[in-house]
Amino acid sequence: MTARRRLLRAAALLGFLGLWQLLTALKVEAWVRFDHLPTVLQVADALRTQLGTAVYWQDLAESLRRICTGFALAALLGVGAGVLTARSRTAADLIGPVLELIRPIPAIALVPVAIMLFPENEQGIVFITCAAAFFPITVATRHAVRAVPPRWEEAVRTMGGGTGRVLFGVVLPGALPGVVGGLSVGLGVSWICVISAEMVSGQYGVGYRTWSAYTVLDYPGVFVGMATIGLLGWATSGAVELLGRRLTRWLPAPVPAGVGA
Amino acid sequence: MSLRLTARGLSVGHPGRPVLRDVELDVAPGEVLTVLGPSGCGKSTLLRALAGLLPPTGGELLAGGRPLTGPGADRALVFQEDGLLPWRTVRRNVELPLAIAGLKRAERRAPVADWLGRVGLDGHGERLPRELSGGQRQRVQLARALAGAPRAVLMDEPFGALDPQTRAAMQRLLLAVWEKERCTVVFVTHDVDEALLLGDRVAVLAGGTLAALHEVPGPRDPAADRSALRALLLTQYT
Repeated sequence: MTARRRLLRAAALLGFLGLWQLLTALKVEAWVRFDHLPTVLQVADALRTQLGTAVYWQDLAESLRRICTGFALAALLGVGAGVLTARSRTAADLIGPVLELIRPIPAIALVPVAIMLFPENEQGIVFITCAAAFFPITVATRHAVRAVPPRWEEAVRTMGGGTGRVLFGVVLPGALPGVVGGLSVGLGVSWICVISAEMVSGQYGVGYRTWSAYTVLDYPGVFVGMATIGLLGWATSGAVELLGRRLTRWLPAPVPAGVGA
Repeated sequence: MSLRLTARGLSVGHPGRPVLRDVELDVAPGEVLTVLGPSGCGKSTLLRALAGLLPPTGGELLAGGRPLTGPGADRALVFQEDGLLPWRTVRRNVELPLAIAGLKRAERRAPVADWLGRVGLDGHGERLPRELSGGQRQRVQLARALAGAPRAVLMDEPFGALDPQTRAAMQRLLLAVWEKERCTVVFVTHDVDEALLLGDRVAVLAGGTLAALHEVPGPRDPAADRSALRALLLTQYT
């Protein structure tokens, strides 16, 4: 990235924080009211304090562990279901209708189901995180697998390649660019759901801590939680994007924005 | 070593709506058969059927006298374009048939280097297909098809997307390679001159049937006069 673009990005973030500080420090009331919101400096203070506590890091590790487990499971199951439904008509007929029926249900609405299904809260939260990411990954994989040019498969089959070779040597790598898109979307939904699930039924975790800060009217604490969620989400989706770019280096280089028409 | 390919009353397509009808064809071992015809005449369908990718809906297909049951490493397919796996480097594309055949990494190195040299791509092994020109990509496809030592090579307008000079160079390369390998070649094209330049025989497909089959006088002999057949093909072809 060029220095100019880095500078622009930093300026955008600083501008956002500056505006927030201004609106809250001046307690602006113009239909929307900023007088109850903590200022950036108050939040920064609260964050500094919390960074020194073991509880903060425990919550962070707990949320990360949940999302990593749930998301990894969703990636495996989602790619598997996507490939299966795209490649086999029988599989599409067998699991397609059930998936389409469950898909519109928001994952967070599965909390009661999770509580009844699993002996421990913990497993329920991971289940909800997994369910949230599963559908975008499945749908993206299904479309990506269908879009793989048949000629790559034909080439491998006329070299004597069997089903396994076609699957792991053609279908999966060929669908990867689309799958990465699904993983990216899935991760975002996973974060929303892990935090919501923690708020509803957790005993640890960033979501739980954010909600309990709200219940004791610790508003800077609420914002520390929100900032933590934002940063964690940004870091993990950055990691997925980076991994995706590494794995799909063979794609034609995109035309940089601003070049050409 | 090279393969005889036989079609007896071959029909391919949807039942009741065949793309190919009642095709009788016998490709001798080591022969170069060029298949000529306009778009939509069933050329590619014939090739895919010979490759084993499309099952016959009528009649039968034989490879080496035995019924052809599906695709296999003895019949390699070369596409017009984009047949290479874009995430594999040139070297890894060419070694693919060897890897599928179960050769170890060390055993693949020498034949792959040999084939890259023969198609004039020394030093391009670590490039990705998108970093090559169209002509270079077709060289890689040719090397990849032949690296697996197939007994027949099925080519679907392999030089159709190339400019005339590159196309002429590729035709020379194909003939040079074929001189040594002597595998059976079925070469689909819509270019009458290309069909005459390369083939022992020219099959003309029209409307899903085999319209004519011609012996080429003095196959691949630059001195031979093929003007009479050329004139005939130009009338049959249109």
